[in-house]
Amino acid sequence: MPKQVHLAVHFPGVNNTTVWSDPEAGSQIEFSSFAHVARTAERGLFDFFFLAEGLRLREHKGQIHDLDVVGRPDTFTVLAALAAVTDRLGLTGTINSTFNEPYEVARQFASLDHLSAGRAAWNVVTSWDAFTGENFRRGGFLAQDQRYERARTFLQTVMELADSWRGDEIVADKETGVFLRDPQAGRFAHTDAHFDVAGRFDVPRSPQGRPVVFQAGDSDEGREFAASSADAIFTRHGTREAGQAFYADVKGRLARYGRERDSLLVLPAATFVLGDTDAEAAELAHHVRLQQTSGATALQWLEQLWNRDLSAYDPDGPLPEIDPVVGEPTVAQGRASARMFTDPVATANEWRALAEAKKLSIRELVIEVTGRQNFVGSAATIAATIDDFVQAGASDGFILVPHIVPGGLDRFVDEVVPLLQERGVHRTEYEGETLRDHLGLPPLRTAP
Amino acid sequence: MPEPLHPAHVHLAVALDGAGWHPAAWREPDARPADLLTAGYWVDLVQEAERGLLDLVTLEDGLSLQSDDPWTPDERTDRVRGRLDAVQVAARVAPVTRGIGLVPTAVVTHTEPFHLSKALATLDYVSTGRAGVRVKVSSNPAEYRHVGRREAPVLDRGDLQAQQVRDLFDEAADWVEVVRRLWDSWEDDAEIRDAATGRFVDRERLHRVDFAGRWFSVKGPSITPRPPQGQPLVTALAHATVPYELVARSADVGFVTPRDAADAAGIVGEIRAAQQAAGRAGETVHVFGDLVVVLDDDPAAAAARLRRLDDVAGAEYRSDARVFTGSAAQLADLLTEWAAAGLTGFRLRPATLPHDLVQVTGRLVPELQRRGLFRTAYEAGSLRGLLGLPRPANRYATARNDAAGAA
Repeated sequence: MPKQVHLAVHFPGVNNTTVWSDPEAGSQIEFSSFAHVARTAERGLFDFFFLAEGLRLREHKGQIHDLDVVGRPDTFTVLAALAAVTDRLGLTGTINSTFNEPYEVARQFASLDHLSAGRAAWNVVTSWDAFTGENFRRGGFLAQDQRYERARTFLQTVMELADSWRGDEIVADKETGVFLRDPQAGRFAHTDAHFDVAGRFDVPRSPQGRPVVFQAGDSDEGREFAASSADAIFTRHGTREAGQAFYADVKGRLARYGRERDSLLVLPAATFVLGDTDAEAAELAHHVRLQQTSGATALQWLEQLWNRDLSAYDPDGPLPEIDPVVGEPTVAQGRASARMFTDPVATANEWRALAEAKKLSIRELVIEVTGRQNFVGSAATIAATIDDFVQAGASDGFILVPHIVPGGLDRFVDEVVPLLQERGVHRTEYEGETLRDHLGLPPLRTAP
Repeated sequence: MPEPLHPAHVHLAVALDGAGWHPAAWREPDARPADLLTAGYWVDLVQEAERGLLDLVTLEDGLSLQSDDPWTPDERTDRVRGRLDAVQVAARVAPVTRGIGLVPTAVVTHTEPFHLSKALATLDYVSTGRAGVRVKVSSNPAEYRHVGRREAPVLDRGDLQAQQVRDLFDEAADWVEVVRRLWDSWEDDAEIRDAATGRFVDRERLHRVDFAGRWFSVKGPSITPRPPQGQPLVTALAHATVPYELVARSADVGFVTPRDAADAAGIVGEIRAAQQAAGRAGETVHVFGDLVVVLDDDPAAAAARLRRLDDVAGAEYRSDARVFTGSAAQLADLLTEWAAAGLTGFRLRPATLPHDLVQVTGRLVPELQRRGLFRTAYEAGSLRGLLGLPRPANRYATARNDAAGAA
C-alpha cells in the first residue's frame, strides 16, 4: 500500500493569505464560519482542524496593522464548540507556553479531549516579547535564550499533570459507594527553574491520555524540541526539495531520543488554487496574488525588510535605493515575520537585482518573492502533486490553508479528495475514533 | 429600568454541579456518575433546563479537586471528584441549545483577564449572545500551589472584613473592569472591510485599555471583536458585605443566600445601598436568591428522600444556601414571598440530577406560569435581553463621539 496522505485544514487567519475583499469572503469571527470549515474538513475525512493564535494585535510603525484580517476568537472556546458540530475531526489549538500556567493549560486540554471524545491537540508555541507581555500578568520577562527551555519544561509539566491520573481511578459504584479507587488520584509535584507546583490535578485522565503535541518553528532548537517531544511538526517548507531536506533532517533527529521514524509526522502548511484546467488555475492564482497584495500591503511588506518608513514610495514604481535599517526595534510587532530576515541588506540587494532583471514594480516584486501558492492546477494535477510529495519523502501530508473564509476548502474536498482516494492514499472512512488514531500514532502506554 | 414582562415576574436560573448538590446525589437511581466527564451528560442537562425556559444555567468550577472542606483538599473516595473546565463545557453545549444563558464559573484570582475576556467573548459568539460568567475568588491554598504563581494569603476564617479578604475582592473588581474594558476595546463597527483603502478595520475604533492596577496591567485591545451582547453577563455569589460590594460595583447579577424573606430584604437593601455608593443606582443589578431544592410532587416524599440521601452520605446535608424540601407548588409560594422582599430571581441548586432539575422544569415552571410569574416562551434572543438588561454602550465609542461632538 502506498504511504497515506494526512490532510488537515488551517482556518485562514490574520495575514495577507486570507483574502477578505473577495465577494465570497464571509465572517472571520462568527461561529458559522468555523463550523463550515470544520464540517467541510470532516466531510473530506481530514485528520484535523488547526487554529493559530496571536495574543496581541499586530502593529506596524506603532499603529495597529489594518490591511489584513484583524481579530480572532479564543482557541479553546471555538474548539470546544466545534466538538459539538463534528464527530471525528481532530481539534488542534495553538497555545502559548509563555503567557499561561501549566495547571490551567493541562486542565483545558484534558477538558477539550473529554468533551471531544479524544480529539484534542496542542500546537506548542513560545513567545518572549515584551510587546505581547503587556497584555498579561507576567509581562514579557522571558529572555530569548530561555524560551525553548521554558516551553520544554512547561510541556513536561503539562504531561505530568495529564499522567497524574492513570485512567482507572473512577469506579462510581452506586452500590458500594466507592466513587474513587484511589484517595491520592491526581497527585503531582514538579519543581524546576521555571515552575514549582504541587497538589492534585482535578481533571481525570482524558480519552487520549495526553493531547497530541504539535511544534511549529524552524530553528535548530525548534527542530530538536520537535524530535524530543512532539507528535507532529508544522512547517513552512512547501517546495519538494526544501521539504525533502527538512523531512530528512527532522526524522534523522528522532533516533537520538529513542523514537521511531513514524512517531513524528511532518506536515507543512500549503496554499492551493484549483481550476478546471491548469491554465485556468494559473490565471486564478495570479488574480488571488493580486488580491492578497494590494499596493499598500506590498509597501508594508517591504517596510518589514527595510525596517523603515517607505510610505513616500509608489508601490507601482521601482524599489527603494536606500538601504534597510538593521536591528531593533522592528517596525512590525506581534508577527513572526518581524525577525525573519537574517541579513536585510543582502536580501534587499537580491530583490533589487531581481526587480531590475524582470522589470518589476514594488508590488510585482513582493508578489514574486512572497506567498506563491504551493499547489496550483486542476484537481488531477493537485492530487498527483500532493501524492508525489508524500511518496517522495517531502512530507507526511499537508495542512491546507484556504484563502477564503468559509468556502475556500469546499472545492478541494469535492474534487481533490476523491482523486486521492482513487489513488489509494486517502481514507474512505474514519477507521479510528481519536486524533491519535487518524495520525497513525502508536498508542500511549497508560501512565505508570 | 426596563419593565419586566409582569410586575412580579421572576427570573430562574439553575446551578449545575456534578451529579447534583447533595454529596450522595451520584448514588441515586437516575444519576449518571460515570458520565460526568462526557459532553452528552451536560448537553442533556442544559437542554432540559432550556425546555423549562430558564434564564440561565451556571456551571460550577475551580482549580482544585472538589472537597468537603472548602479550605483544604480531602482524600474522600465516596464523593464525586474531578471535573471539566466550565467555559469549555458551556462552549460545547452552546451550538446545541438556542435560548438559554450559559454562565460558567471563572476563578479570577489565578486566571488572566486577557484570556478570559476573549474566551467569554467567544462563548458569546458561539452561543449568539447567551454568554455570562460567574466570577469567583480563590482562597484555597491548594489552588495557589497548583498554579504556583504566588503565595496564598493567610486568612482568618472568622473575619470576612479582613484586609486580605478585601484584597481578593478588590482584585476581582479589577479583573472585571479589565474584562469589560477589553470587551469594549473594539467598537461594534470597527470592522469596515473598505476595499477602496484596503483597510479591514478602522483602527480609530480599536482602543487600548491601558489598565494598570495593583495586581496586573493590561494594554489591549482585545484580539477578539466586541461580542454580540456588547458585554456578556457578569455574576457573582455573595455571602457578606465585601462580596456584596463586589456585586454592587461590578456585577449584573448577584447570587445571595438568605435564610428567609426578611433576611432577603436586608441583603437586597445592603446591595442597593452599595450600588448607590458605587454610582450605579441607575443600573439594573439583579439579586437572585440561591436555594438548594429537593422536590417531589408529594412533600413527604421529598422530605423522605432528603433523609435517605443524608443516610447514604452519612451526615446531615449542610449548605451555605437554604435547603428547600417540598413540592413545586410550595416552592412557588416561597419564591413569591421572597420576590416580594426584593429578589428579582432565583438560582436553584438541584440536590440531585436529573430528578430535581426535571421537577423545576416540569413542575415548578408550569406552576409559576399558571400564576403569571414566568415566561411562556423565550422573549429575547440574548441573555441580557432575557434579564431586561440593555446592551451596554461602548465606553470608548461614547468617549470618541463626545470628543468629536465637542470639537
